Amino acid sequence: MDIVVLCKFVPDLVEDLEIDASTHLLDRNFLRLMPNELDDHALEEALLLKERHGGTVTVVTVDAGDVDEALYTAAAKGADRVVKIVGEGLDQGLSSQRLAALFAQAAGEWPHDLILTGTQAVDDLDGFAGALVAARLGMPYVGYVTKVASENGAVVARKEYPGGLNADIEIVGQAVLGIQSAEKPPRYVVTSKVMAAMKSVTIEEFEAGDAQADLELPITGMAVPQSAAHAEMIVGSVTEVAEKLAKLLRERGLVA
Amino acid sequence: MSVATSYEFLDKVIHATPDGEEIRKCLQCGTCSGVCPYGFAMEYPPRSLIAALRADDFHGVLESDTIWLCVSCFACASVCPVKIPLTRGLLATLKTEMLVGGSIPQELQTALGNSRRYGNSLGESPRKRADWTKDFTVPVPVLAAHKKPVDVLWFVGDYGSYHPRVQQVTRALAKLLFVLDVKFGILGAEENSDGDTQAFTGEWGLFELLARKNTQAMLKYQFAEILTADPHAFNALKHEYPRLGLDRPVKHYAQFLTEHFERLRPLLQNRGPQRVTYHDPCYLGRANDNNLYEEPRQLLRAIPGLDLVEMSHNRALSICCGGGGGGMWLDGFSWEKAHARTTEWRVKEALAAGAQVLAVACPYETPRFEDAVKSTGNEGKLKVKDIVELLVEAVFG
Repeated sequence: MDIVVLCKFVPDLVEDLEIDASTHLLDRNFLRLMPNELDDHALEEALLLKERHGGTVTVVTVDAGDVDEALYTAAAKGADRVVKIVGEGLDQGLSSQRLAALFAQAAGEWPHDLILTGTQAVDDLDGFAGALVAARLGMPYVGYVTKVASENGAVVARKEYPGGLNADIEIVGQAVLGIQSAEKPPRYVVTSKVMAAMKSVTIEEFEAGDAQADLELPITGMAVPQSAAHAEMIVGSVTEVAEKLAKLLRERGLVA
Repeated sequence: MSVATSYEFLDKVIHATPDGEEIRKCLQCGTCSGVCPYGFAMEYPPRSLIAALRADDFHGVLESDTIWLCVSCFACASVCPVKIPLTRGLLATLKTEMLVGGSIPQELQTALGNSRRYGNSLGESPRKRADWTKDFTVPVPVLAAHKKPVDVLWFVGDYGSYHPRVQQVTRALAKLLFVLDVKFGILGAEENSDGDTQAFTGEWGLFELLARKNTQAMLKYQFAEILTADPHAFNALKHEYPRLGLDRPVKHYAQFLTEHFERLRPLLQNRGPQRVTYHDPCYLGRANDNNLYEEPRQLLRAIPGLDLVEMSHNRALSICCGGGGGGMWLDGFSWEKAHARTTEWRVKEALAAGAQVLAVACPYETPRFEDAVKSTGNEGKLKVKDIVELLVEAVFG
């Protein structure tokens, strides 16, 4: 089974985020980028599938942040090919629409029975990217996937629904899967293996071309959320705290 | 990269340290396994590990994950009658094999991943490494901005820089340097984790990466010697960094302050009686025969009103706080496997010795022992303080 894994870099929340007042976007001067966590899960699931069923894993990412190291790390983990999409301004942040256009253009260049990507990202909580790639390629999409199995030639994706429900969805033909979590936590690869990959692996480049978004929604404002209500601290002696707590619980109808 | 047989693995062990050949002399006496703080819970404590390798059962060894209980405390290596470098050789090399094979507890993976991405195991912003100096009364020059030679480059370390409890110790040391009029500077955002504990989890590649960054950053500046409050940083800077080109003397504050003893002593005043015991950190004592046992005690005895008492396990027999060798990042795993915390044994020993204060000299120890005081139900009965905190109290009240 040949798998393409789409990975992107997202703002690292370990740094304080600043908003650029002139563009209404995150101020990229102070931004630190990191690989999207769920894309790491997508890579892990792809590697597990390769280990079980053979085939190839190709990792495709957009040139932003420290992508070379991420790609060498992916190669050290077992990816067969690593590709970065290069072009002007890609490190200035991309909408999910534009990202999907780039990914769809690139993904088709490498063998793919399945295309895996993280089902969400900190800058794409709606989880548009994977579905938009599928739409552009005319392939079915299943999101919130926690397991992918290949049985008798058919691919079965386990999709998680709210309320603890799961569905096993059988897929005919090629598909894009949005991975919520791999079956196992993403593997650790020792630094010496990454260093070895830096010497032996070639990162392939793919020109971004003119793939445009179908629709770009203008962003007219961005603001840091203001906390509306704060937690109420109950203070006093143990007896006082217990009395206040009991009163509160009764008032809210939580105890009779 | 990974090896397949016991013999291939032993060959790696033999080449991991200069005296690696000594492993061939193992008598199977079992002293190592007996002294190991977690030996009781390991499927292959050192003696059994060597026996398994001799019986060519490397597969069985790799199947077990209890090597991750090893806290690299050098207890086994220090008692071995034939001086096998067990900690740095056999055990650290086995951890490397486990890492390469992908057998790594999740919590350790997080710490190693953080170290690689952010240069600190806590996963904090590298830019905020010197934030502890903000709104602080003592001026702490960051060398990149200072642009003047200093006498002392102070390597602050991960926990000293970021951990809220250990930051108090860091500020205490800054106050002492200030009153002693030491011309010092820190690397600030240019500093990375010293990498010592990462190395003892078997991640030597990560150690090299971090150590090269630190060495390059340090050698940009003019200074005479390196000071650190972290025994792990001390150990790495002293014994591992020289091969990467670092050529300056390295001192733990216990050494540095005893060298400035004649100036420090007159500043220490009697702030009331207190009975104190001292926990020897593994990496000041046993590790690499660092043998810094008397300097910390000299500093403590110099505090007027301080009565120093000893725990039953002291100096080379000290019991690890459980933080070394990756233990700092494996608390969940260790509890699950062993249902024991060495810090709790130590707290009980300190109380049995009649101590009111447990004095420490390693950044792992203050938070670990404070937790153990609470988890043994002894809150209010024993305080945990770094030696520099006790000195600052004696100087400033």
